Amino acid sequence: MNDDSPILEIKNLHAAIDGREILKGIDLTVRGGEIHAIMGPNGSGKSTLAQVLAGHEAYTVTDGSVTFRGHDLLALPPEDRARQGVFLAFQYPLEIPGVANTYFLKTALNAIRKHRGLPELDAMEFLALIRQKMKLLEVDPALLQRAVNEGFSGGEKKRNEILQLAVLEPHLAILDEIDSGLDIDALKTVALGANAQMIAADGSRRDDRAMVLVTHYERLLNYIQPTHVHVLYKGLIHESGGPDLARDLEREGYARFGFEDELAGTGAR
Amino acid sequence: MSDALTRPPQEPAPDAGVRATDEGRTLDALTSQEYRYGFVTDIEADTVAAGLSEEVIRLISAKKDEPEWLLEWRLSAYRHWLTMTEPTWQNVKFPPIDYQAIAYYSAPRPRKQLQSMDEVDPELKRAFEKLGVPLEEQKIFAGVAVDAVFDSVSVATTFKGKLAEMGVIFCSFSDAVKEHPDLVRRYLGSVVPATDNFFAALNSAVFSDGSFCYVPAGVRCPMELSTYFRINAANTGQFERTLIVADKGAYVSYLEGCTAPRRDENQLHAAVVELVALDDAQIKYSTVQNWYPGDKEGKGGIYNFVTKRGKAMDRAKISWTQVETGSAITWKYPSVLLMGDDSVGEFYSVALTNHFQQADTGTKMIHIGKNTRSTIVSKGISAGRGQQTYRGLVRVMPQARHARNYSQCDSLLLGDRCGAHTFPYLEVRNPTAQVEHEASTSKIGEDQLFYCQQRGISPEDAVSMIVNGFCKDVFRELPMEFAVEATKLLGLSLEGSIG
Repeated sequence: MNDDSPILEIKNLHAAIDGREILKGIDLTVRGGEIHAIMGPNGSGKSTLAQVLAGHEAYTVTDGSVTFRGHDLLALPPEDRARQGVFLAFQYPLEIPGVANTYFLKTALNAIRKHRGLPELDAMEFLALIRQKMKLLEVDPALLQRAVNEGFSGGEKKRNEILQLAVLEPHLAILDEIDSGLDIDALKTVALGANAQMIAADGSRRDDRAMVLVTHYERLLNYIQPTHVHVLYKGLIHESGGPDLARDLEREGYARFGFEDELAGTGAR
Repeated sequence: MSDALTRPPQEPAPDAGVRATDEGRTLDALTSQEYRYGFVTDIEADTVAAGLSEEVIRLISAKKDEPEWLLEWRLSAYRHWLTMTEPTWQNVKFPPIDYQAIAYYSAPRPRKQLQSMDEVDPELKRAFEKLGVPLEEQKIFAGVAVDAVFDSVSVATTFKGKLAEMGVIFCSFSDAVKEHPDLVRRYLGSVVPATDNFFAALNSAVFSDGSFCYVPAGVRCPMELSTYFRINAANTGQFERTLIVADKGAYVSYLEGCTAPRRDENQLHAAVVELVALDDAQIKYSTVQNWYPGDKEGKGGIYNFVTKRGKAMDRAKISWTQVETGSAITWKYPSVLLMGDDSVGEFYSVALTNHFQQADTGTKMIHIGKNTRSTIVSKGISAGRGQQTYRGLVRVMPQARHARNYSQCDSLLLGDRCGAHTFPYLEVRNPTAQVEHEASTSKIGEDQLFYCQQRGISPEDAVSMIVNGFCKDVFRELPMEFAVEATKLLGLSLEGSIG
């Protein structure tokens, strides 16, 4: 893998669930330092794309390829994709009753470190790390001792996803509708974490990391500035462009592509 | 501290476990782990021919050199047993048991009189080592005294000296009969009468050995007492008898842990455990049970039909904590008779059934004294085709004013071919009682697993984590080193399970 090779390269990706084809030939190249926003109305296949990249077994890839940092991503089980550096922030994070958030996150981090041949962090080292991240993201430390997502508000769940992102530091972060149902404070935390993920200590953009934002609304893009915007509809990317494309969408809606946003006018626009 | 009772062997047996492969990354594949403790120790056993009769009972009693009163007690239990029939109300299925095909006595034959651990049969020691029970010097530092029961007869007892200094008696049941006959005679059958139920009566007639513990008034037993059960010889039913007496104001914590080698034929185990907590005494009884559950097709495995009951006098407290992962069939209801005013009974249980395992387990809290309190927390986990029933009785007698009970029964299902059933029985005959019951059933979903995997956690570790989270309320009641073992054991049992 040389420096020019993309972090993620999707070619002609077709995927189905229960025999129904959802993705119908996606092509997408994401390079280090880039933030791609994938937009589109409900049912266009945005979340499916996120789930397929993460390896959810409910979806079957029927054609195409996905290369992640030189590896055939589709050949790997979900946990190995995560260990190689693919992170999916879930639209609906799951609850794990009785398992402390801190224990969960430490287990995850150490599984990833072990896979990469790094020494596992002990409890003290981990605590130091997570305290630093929580401070950065202004996350309430009480979240750590609670069971994973159990009884969390919608905003707390999303903040927790971003905390995990900040601790696990993946090469590719896929944020699936991270902005849905968030108040402005939570949205700021999410944006803070997402942006921190992309910026190196010296303030320059990291070229070993990339991000894919799956979102229904452009609101998020006021906080996280994408480098590329794609419009997905019925399993295909209809148009790609720079940040301007998102602004066009804001002004004109999806109608300019000849399709209506089923939820237009009901959302957070 | 971790020399535990249920430690997995360092090296899995050669025939053991099929690890989940990439191909079988499904709930099914994960539920197919095989039992890892399957080995048979080749030791000459002193076995009485199969069959049950008064003659056999006389023979057992004679072999053990028992006093006449005990023989009579056995015989009257046997005569009563003949009039009884197997219970049929439990929610488990098994072919009829031929009680005449079972051998009722088996003892490892020592080569000579044993003076120290060094003289213990090396085969036997190796078996213990495979099971991870070090009967070595390090036990002293571990703070656990082990009364090792090997096929029904105690072969080694450690720590007697230290306990004796404090007046604590901890020995095999046979030794207790010889050395403390008055205590045994006074309390034997005082909680579980010989006629109590079919399996208790059978045990009373033929029990071979077990453990006896007496903690004198006001003494806090300085270490956790532990017994190690292991069924070894083929076709030998094992009939343990445990009696623990905490005198006024005494405290004792007792650990029971079990594994057994694999067998193709079902083995019957019908133990009786009696606890007596006199005024202001406390007994904490913890069990981790890991007997052979049968193979993936439901062949073999232990039938575990156990009667466990404690009697709590004024202000006394009895806690049962159990982690049940083994046996083909479990029939077990550790109970507390809350006789004294202000007495407390607790039952914390984790039961796991995988493959074709069946468990019908729960507790009985009988409120007799005033201001008696009981707490029941039951966590049932079913995987594979496992069937699990919680059956619990809370009875408040008319004279038990201001009795309180809290029950919580949660079931976790792994996969869609297993079952969970809850039968809470509440019999409240005093209007001042407060009785609460909560129940829930949940399922480990593919999405929950996927979430963990997406964070880099393997499916095996994820299941283990989810299940341990589910069991947390019970595990925190276990003594520390036991809790660690229980967590490992559950992980092991679940690797094969999707848990």
